This record gives sequence, C-alpha cells and structure tokens, in this order.
Amino acid sequence: MTDCLYAEHLSSGYGNHTIVKDVDLVLPEHKISVIIGSNGCGKSTLLKTLCKLVLPSNGAVYLNNKDIHKYPSKALAKNLGLMPQSPIVPEGITVADLVARGRFPYRQPLKGMSKEDYQIVSEAMDMMGISDLADRCVDELSGGQRQRVWLALALAQDTDILLLDEPTTFLDISYQIEILDLLTELNQKKGTTIAMVLHDINLSARYADYIFAISNGKLLAHGTPEEIINEEIIREVYGLNSKIIKDPITQRPMIIPIGKCK
Amino acid sequence: MRKKNVYFLFVILSLCLIVVSALSILYGSKSVDMETLFDALFTNKESFSISVVQARIPRTLFGILAGASLGVSGCLMQSITRNPIADPSILGINTGASLFVVVGIAFFSISSPSQYIWLGFTGAILTAILVYGIASVGQSGATPIKLALAGAATSMALMSLVNTIMLPNSQVMDSFRFWQTGSIGGAKWNMILVLLPYFILGLLLSFYLSSSLNTLALGDELATSLGINSKKVRAMAAFAGVLLCGATTALAGPIAFVGLMVPHIMRLLIGSNMHYLLPLSALGGSILLLGADIIGRVIASPAELEVGIITAILGAPVFIYIVRKVKIRSL
Repeated sequence: MTDCLYAEHLSSGYGNHTIVKDVDLVLPEHKISVIIGSNGCGKSTLLKTLCKLVLPSNGAVYLNNKDIHKYPSKALAKNLGLMPQSPIVPEGITVADLVARGRFPYRQPLKGMSKEDYQIVSEAMDMMGISDLADRCVDELSGGQRQRVWLALALAQDTDILLLDEPTTFLDISYQIEILDLLTELNQKKGTTIAMVLHDINLSARYADYIFAISNGKLLAHGTPEEIINEEIIREVYGLNSKIIKDPITQRPMIIPIGKCK
Repeated sequence: MRKKNVYFLFVILSLCLIVVSALSILYGSKSVDMETLFDALFTNKESFSISVVQARIPRTLFGILAGASLGVSGCLMQSITRNPIADPSILGINTGASLFVVVGIAFFSISSPSQYIWLGFTGAILTAILVYGIASVGQSGATPIKLALAGAATSMALMSLVNTIMLPNSQVMDSFRFWQTGSIGGAKWNMILVLLPYFILGLLLSFYLSSSLNTLALGDELATSLGINSKKVRAMAAFAGVLLCGATTALAGPIAFVGLMVPHIMRLLIGSNMHYLLPLSALGGSILLLGADIIGRVIASPAELEVGIITAILGAPVFIYIVRKVKIRSL
C-alpha cells in the first residue's frame, strides 16, 4: 500500500490569526498536485500544516488514516518529506555530505552511515545529475545546481510523498523548467506523490495533474488544470482579468493576463 | 573536507595536548625535570619537587577538562543560536554565576572556593533556565535570535545587580575579583571530583546530539521534516552547554574567548560537521587553555597571571580578525 495524505476541516494559522480556513483535501496518489493562490492567501501555510510545521487549530491532517501528529517524528519523516523555500547551507559543507543528511530518519544516534545509506545517496545524486559535483562545496554552486542538491537530499530521504514550497523561486526560466522536469521524472520513475506551491500559473498548468486553488484561506476549487484554469476562477483567485488560450506545446490551458491593457 | 585530513588533524592535536600537558606539569615558577615527573607518577618517593609536581597534576587535569568543556560548549551555543560569535556564556551563564558568588560573599560571608563552586554552578544553571524561559515565550518557541537577545538582556540586567552589590563594598570587591579573573590555579582533587559527573554528562550528551545538531543546521523547517524535534534538540544542547560551561565557571571563574575562538578556528579548518567539530573543539580548547595557563605562569614568574587574562590577550586579536573577515556568515 502506498501512502495517502488528506486533511479534514483543517484550519491553522499563527497565534490568534487564522490563515487556513476549514480546508478538506486529499492529495491524489502518485500524481503531481500544485497549490495556487495569490500572495498571502495561505497556500504556504496550508503546505506547512500538511507536514507538521504549523499546528492545526482545528481539524487534522491524516497519513494512512492516522493523525500526522501522532506519528513518532522519525517514522513520519520516512513517509513524508518537505523541501522548504529557503533551507540553510551549513558553512563549508560538500554536496555529498549535504545529500547524506537526508538519511537522518533512517540512522541510529552515534552510528555511521550504512552501505545502504551510501548506495541511496549516490543514486539520488545520479538521478539529479550532480554526481560529478559530489566533493564540491555547496557554497560555490549556482542557484540551479543548489536546488538540484536540495532535491537530491529530499530524494535520499526516500519518502512516498514529497511537498515543496515554491521550488522554482529565484531561478531563471531554464532552471525552473529543469527542476520541474526532474520532479516529473521522479514522479514517473518512483511514483512519488508530489504537492507543491507554485506562483507561475502557466507552469502549474503544464506540470500539474491536479490543481488546488486557494483564495483567502479557503479551498476555492480543485481539479485538473483544464477544470481549474479558466477566466472565472483566475478572476476569483487573483482578482485579475485574463484570457485563457491553449498552450501550443502541451495543449494545456495557458493564461494571458489582461490587467490594464486594452 | 576530506576525512583523512580530519583524522590527521585529530592526531596532531592529540600529540599537542600530550606535549602541553607535560609542559604544564614541568614548567612554572619552579621548573622540574622529567625524572621527577616519573618519580611523582610511579613511585612513592618524597621530595619538594615531587610535591610541586603533585600539586600541578590536578591543575593540569582541570585545565584539560575546562578547556574541552569551553570548546564544546561554545560549539553547542554557536550551533543552537546560529550565531558564529556566540560564546558559552551567551545564555547569561557567567553573569548568573557572578551574581550568586557576589551575593554569597556580600550577604553570607562565604569565602571558601568549594562554596563558590556550588554558588557559581547554581547561579549559572538558574540563569540559563531563566533566559531559556524568556526566549521560549511566544508561539515559535526559543528561536536562535530570541535566545541571543534574551541572553544579552539578562546578562546586562544581572551585571548591574552584581555592580550594585559589589561597588559600595571594597572587601566584597576584593574577594570577588579573585574569583572573577578566571584561574585554574585553585583546582584541587576534591573539587574536580565533585564536578566530574557534570563534565562527563555534558560531553556525552553533546556527542550524542551531534547528528541531530547537523540536521538542525539545515534550518528548522527542513530539520522538522527530517524527523527532528527542533525545540527538544535545542533545549538538550543548551542544557549540555550550560552544564559544561557552568561547571568550568563555578571552579575557575569566567574564562573568556576559549569557547568563542576554538570552535571558530576548527570550523575554518574542517567545516561545520558536528561529528568532527565537537571532538576537535574539545581538543583545541584543552590545548589553548593549558597553553595560556603555562604562558601566564612563565612570563610572570615567580608570581602568575591568571589564565583568563592570557586568553583575553590572545583572544582579542583573533576576535577582531573574525569580525573583519569578509566571509563571515550566519550559521
């Protein structure tokens, strides 16, 4: 059986300020889901609540019918991974060392890495195409290479479900495509269930199997890109007039913003 | 950093430690030769030189323990506060210990070093708990920046109390000044034995936490996703650091710069992997502290300069170098 993550009547926020309001959702298994919404609508908070970083104020998140807060933290970390928006690169760390830290949930205190750990780390680096960078310092890498290192770490963590918080921010267009292509490859080869927050609607429509549209903390609509990316929902989510056409490459919907243009 | 280099450095530093330990026993206002050292260690002979050596052994042993503790403690504090210039006293340990000692001297006429130990130790621990409590207020818990701020604010408040009690009373000031300069000269076997369990517990806990601290270094969000309870790990590391620094300060008084400098130098040499950084900082701390103690004994002979003064003289230029270093980054 593979892992199934879902939320029921989920509300959460910071202090007394509720940001996510009464969301019910099921992440489609083995699919790529994208969460879209305007700035400050609560999509990042929703993602963080799904992986225990933010406490629900109401409702709960379940992994295989069990509340994620009831799992021992290492056991949960073997099933559910997160790539945060801005993780910290420790000073002077090499690529291989950083990727190896993804094995933490599988390791015993005071014990070294097992043969299996090394094997998985090297496979992860292979898949992300960074094996030749293994001994380089992460500080010296470009933004795009760094992002592949973080993905390799997530891969080494070997979870069935991977959540990503804006994995393409700060990257130029070619690296954005590269990262999303790698995620698609990961999804197809290993069947990893992926859910991520993205800002770019066109990339979301192109890479997502399923889209969750968030507005003002509530789940406004969800469905395939064809069902979600239309002029009406875009107006409701972003308050933006737009025209939707077909992407000539993938035939997925594509947005042309109108704004103040006549 | 290649593993081979780490092991090489480990061997070099171990040899250095053996050499400075021997020097620490042999040199001082009265120097003795190797033969006397062997006699003192392995025979029952008695002479003035042999008793000099026997008096220097606990001092040397305490120097090793104290240096290692300050090195490891500094490493832990820099790690949990993500602050490259944090030192072991960042949680207010030194001022807490000072306050208790000065209150003991002023109001309870306490004057023996073995009583200072308990006052200092209790003050250090209680202050650290207070600082940690202040930093934990609010939903996000004890974040690195809140810890550093709460520590600095509490230290300043307590220091003003220390001054209020001490300044009007010159007798208190005299006794307190002796404790406050930081010296390992007063170490006796019985005091070391009393503090030994805390040193051992602190060191073992630190090494046990090294993997978790490595994971925590990736940021709280990623660490949580990798199965770390960041609040728990940070609290345990702070506890270990407080035990180590508190036990040292209780006996020796505040010794500056060792806990700041050593982890920093080691990080420049071998990177930030705690598996290597902790043991190497322990070794480096011992070497620096013993070395500084020997220098203090030799240059001021036949009197001696307290080790805290020497580490400060050595430490200030290093500190300025660190601050000026362009590549300095948050952890």
